Amino acid sequence: MHEPIPLLHDYLIRSARELPDKVALVCGERRVTYAELDAHSNAIANHLQATGVVRGDRVVIFGDNTVETVVGFWAALKANAIVCLVNPLTKRGKLEYLLNDCSPAAMITDGHLRHIFDEPARACRSLSSIIISGEIGDADLAELHVAVRWKRAIIAGRDRAPARKCIDIDLATIVYTSGSTGDPKGVMLTHRNMLTACTSISSYLSIEKNDVILNVLPLAFDYGLYQMIMAFGAGARLVLERSFAFPAQILILIAKEGVTGLPGVPTLFAMLSGLKSIGQYDLSSLRYVTNTGAALPVKHIRMLRELVPAASIYSMYGLTECKRCTYLPPEDIDRKPLSVGIAIPNTEIWLIDEEDNRVDPGGIGQLVVRGATVMQGYWGKPEATAERLRPGPLPGENVLYTGDYCRIDDEGYLYFVGRSDEIIKSRGEKVAPREVENALMSISGVREAAVIGVPDELLGEAIKAFVVPEQGANLDEKAVQKECQKRLESFMVPKSIAIVPSLPRTDTQKLNKRALQLPH
Amino acid sequence: MLTLTEPLSAHREQVRDFLMSNFYVPETTVLNANDSLLEQGVIDSTGVLEVIGFIEETFGITVEDSELVPENLDSIEGIVRYVARKKSRMLVDD
Repeated sequence: MHEPIPLLHDYLIRSARELPDKVALVCGERRVTYAELDAHSNAIANHLQATGVVRGDRVVIFGDNTVETVVGFWAALKANAIVCLVNPLTKRGKLEYLLNDCSPAAMITDGHLRHIFDEPARACRSLSSIIISGEIGDADLAELHVAVRWKRAIIAGRDRAPARKCIDIDLATIVYTSGSTGDPKGVMLTHRNMLTACTSISSYLSIEKNDVILNVLPLAFDYGLYQMIMAFGAGARLVLERSFAFPAQILILIAKEGVTGLPGVPTLFAMLSGLKSIGQYDLSSLRYVTNTGAALPVKHIRMLRELVPAASIYSMYGLTECKRCTYLPPEDIDRKPLSVGIAIPNTEIWLIDEEDNRVDPGGIGQLVVRGATVMQGYWGKPEATAERLRPGPLPGENVLYTGDYCRIDDEGYLYFVGRSDEIIKSRGEKVAPREVENALMSISGVREAAVIGVPDELLGEAIKAFVVPEQGANLDEKAVQKECQKRLESFMVPKSIAIVPSLPRTDTQKLNKRALQLPH
Repeated sequence: MLTLTEPLSAHREQVRDFLMSNFYVPETTVLNANDSLLEQGVIDSTGVLEVIGFIEETFGITVEDSELVPENLDSIEGIVRYVARKKSRMLVDD
């Protein structure tokens, strides 16, 4: 049966039909073919349906970059559900918030995360199905009444996916992103949003069947997720790593697997820059390198040019709310190294001033994005949505007010200037100071807290916290940091914490963060 | 023939202490010598750099780029054996 108008999971289904025996996924020691991915995702999809998941239900996948996370993603789509990938570094409190926010019917996770998901899962009333891969004791499994082991769920139902119920304007995923208020917001994306983004990006990167894409970024991060989606859409191969903690491993893999594409963030390139022996590895298979998350420093561009002279370097920029806005054509990187480029295919961008008027080339204004990649809104947050989605030129259309300030030159190339909110970018990840401040304030002995970003060679921006102790409390930097590690993902934990007697304030008693930026 | 068992267990404790005091290990987790530190969420992509700094300062070895692989750094046992190999090589080279 040939689907003329595809849904997102048709990428996998079609590739499995055309290239069943091709290795689609390399993950550690495992090599998984398209046929296997298709069959296993059918099984999990049927299991989800049999355990109560219906069209439009949310399925949370809380796991590392593993075969099971990959299979689970496609399975949830085949079950006509909406997928929410949650970063495996998420701690218990935040996981509870996320489960409460999206009320999932099912959760797919791994036993080694039990100490984090155990209580939130049991408290989550909406869950009628849990699938757990990896190791978990029988008693612990039994305590989660609706849980079964992955190897059980995968047995039956491999031949055929459940009946298709969605159409392309139905939601495919909810991607959580940090908000300046401190509470994560679920970006709602339809099949059409994601197919549009995929087609556009694949076209300017020229992704095709013979590509081998190495993904070292979390699948919970949309940049990482799309590496998998684009790879499978093209019938290409995905090499999936858990993280870029071991740079030598990345270089070995590039040589061993003949990797053609390396998507990265500035921190990754900074780490590679630090390797003295990098010239000894055979990286000749690389045909492109991409960067997003934060601006690619000129010295990293130079490093990459020397390291892989035959590769195309793509500097790109985007928001989760529309996946990607711009890319810099590789041929322009030498003459416009600081630009993030031109609108991606099938997207329009422009800048507006405070009065909503368009800004001429050369001026600075807020970036507005128009096109079919723009999100449907934030899950359950109509006010936050209304701040970002405003009426577009055509009736019933929405455009995205990004909250980012940019400049466009006379050739139409975009330059990122700054954010309107205080969001910090550390290791390519978004960190809301408010979220870190909330975590600090929840530590006993802390009376006030303020968090800022400071420039850092490796991280892009490092997170610096200022903490005022309660009267009589004895706070220790290391202890406070430990408490943060219990509450926050690792990339959100302050790199340095200053215990101070008070925080600087303006005349109107507002917190003066600018004063905190000054050296003291 | 050099017996390395004594230093190995002492090193194991040193490494464990360093990890427990510099990284977050949830109370319910028993940090086994062979468990993947990355998978346990004890270290992450930039945490590894701190581990390398600790190894170089504490054991007086230089970590080569090519040695930045999970076998050497992703578990207490891996780290301890890696250090032992490096140190025995250093003795031979003297």
